[in-house]
Amino acid sequence: MTAPAAPTVSAVSAPVAVKARGSGRHALALLAPGIVALLLTYAMPLLWVVRMSVNESGQGGTIRQTVSFATFAKVLGSAHWWNVIGQTVELGVLVTVCTLVVSYPVALFLARTTSRLRGLLVALAVTPLLISSVARTFGWMAILGNQGLVNKSLTGLGLIDEPLRLANNLTGVVIASTEIYMPFAILAMISGFGRLDPELEHAAASLGAPRHTVFRRVVLPLTLPGVLTAALLVFVLSLSGYVTPRLIGGGRVFVLATEIYDQATTALDWPVAAVLSVLLLAVFGVVIVVYQRAQKVLEARFTGPQEARS
Amino acid sequence: MTGHPGVRAPWRTRLGQVLWGAVLVALYLFLLAPILVVLVESFDNATYLRFPPEGFTFDAYRQVFGNAAFRTGIQVSAVTAAATALLALVAGVPAALALTRLRFRGRAAVEAAFLSPLLVPHIVLGLALLLILAPIPLTDTYPGLIVAHLGVTVPYVVRTVSAALASADPRAEEAARTLGASGFTAFRRITLPVIRPGLFSGGVIAFLLSFDETVISLFVSGQNTVPLPVAVLQYVEYRSDPSVASLSVLLVLLSVVVVVAVERGIGLRRSLRSG
Repeated sequence: MTAPAAPTVSAVSAPVAVKARGSGRHALALLAPGIVALLLTYAMPLLWVVRMSVNESGQGGTIRQTVSFATFAKVLGSAHWWNVIGQTVELGVLVTVCTLVVSYPVALFLARTTSRLRGLLVALAVTPLLISSVARTFGWMAILGNQGLVNKSLTGLGLIDEPLRLANNLTGVVIASTEIYMPFAILAMISGFGRLDPELEHAAASLGAPRHTVFRRVVLPLTLPGVLTAALLVFVLSLSGYVTPRLIGGGRVFVLATEIYDQATTALDWPVAAVLSVLLLAVFGVVIVVYQRAQKVLEARFTGPQEARS
Repeated sequence: MTGHPGVRAPWRTRLGQVLWGAVLVALYLFLLAPILVVLVESFDNATYLRFPPEGFTFDAYRQVFGNAAFRTGIQVSAVTAAATALLALVAGVPAALALTRLRFRGRAAVEAAFLSPLLVPHIVLGLALLLILAPIPLTDTYPGLIVAHLGVTVPYVVRTVSAALASADPRAEEAARTLGASGFTAFRRITLPVIRPGLFSGGVIAFLLSFDETVISLFVSGQNTVPLPVAVLQYVEYRSDPSVASLSVLLVLLSVVVVVAVERGIGLRRSLRSG
């Protein structure tokens, strides 16, 4: 599970600062254990990956300590690795689109409802976070397999003769991943839907706007920032997902995450694993830059007219 | 967010409402499908994965406790998670204190640094920790697992404890200090009791995250220390039978109990304080 209802990042930046002499020294003393922990468990290991990526692998699992881009050249010069990168991005895009489509109605409903059941329904929507993704992926294996729920039902009803191929391929991974990331998307959307005021919909409708116009001109623009945040979160999570591609893919779906693991532990080619990791981080960087651009464009569209008026 | 009872957009026709309701029910079913399947499957008497089940039995639950890999997995995960939670508190609580209470140069940068592990994919962190722990050699040991889990749990502790500190009034502590208490005594007697629920939930979150951590553990565990999620993953990769479903159900029950206990524990203490 991933921190149910964890406090927002902004809680940290609420400064109740005490101005005292020598507070810089105090701060250093208080920060020391945390900084040591981060250096040892996170910063140094990451630097080591970057260092490893400029090494070269020699014969029989040995590593030549070099500073060269030979391993990068080897990876980027191979059609196989480009396929893996392509499939990783393809999976990320497919999962993100599917997750947004299925999460949006639920988030919209939860954000607008005045039902007494709202608390329960929110809890139900995030319950899956309490259950490890290994267990949920296992559930999807029972649903999507050749002997699974879907195929048994469809053959039982006489709708199909051959079982549909829903597992051990990209289709299955997309279906299962969509469900795995749905609670994250719903949570991100609900918290991003703050601007959604029912009065606005009411006003638009009473001025004669048909429902699809109200949705297109009022609801959708107001909820776009929340959708954008959810998109970033899901895309980033699915880019680095390992468990679901491994289990549902059944060794037939190759993405950067599964390949990094195999190169590091089976092939023992650490330089290649490190290069793949650096490439994954690079994709992350691109995604975050695109997200920030999109956020700026959205914000300009929201605040522009208001600033012009004032 | 809503809070406008009685305001109902007139464009929501009856047919629209029925369709909308059907869509929502379908989406909830999709969301909860794997959990429902796991729950039903955990009582099946088959020795392989099938659906729907054809018999009802508790055998799969018995198998969980008969499986040595699961038993040791639970032990490894519990020890690792407890140690990780403790160390995460040791590292995270003072940091949260500095970040919320003190003004110093580079505060924003330090804060960003403390939250940054959340942005790095676990698959990359797992590789990174393998590369650094293998030569020492700390892979396949408890210390290695604990170090590996520490980086990803400290940010959550910093967040939870900072949130708790933000609600504690620093002036109470100042008052104690003007009355002669040392800085540490003032913190221990005044602020600590107020933020204790925050510390507790930070520790519990760190414990649950570590207990459930799969991908990073996959890299740094070996044959001697296999945490539970890794044991389950390895089991499912080669065979699938209802015992995995039963184990999942047991774990869900466990985390529900922990969450409810925390909620009640804090709620109870809070109500005592306000009364």
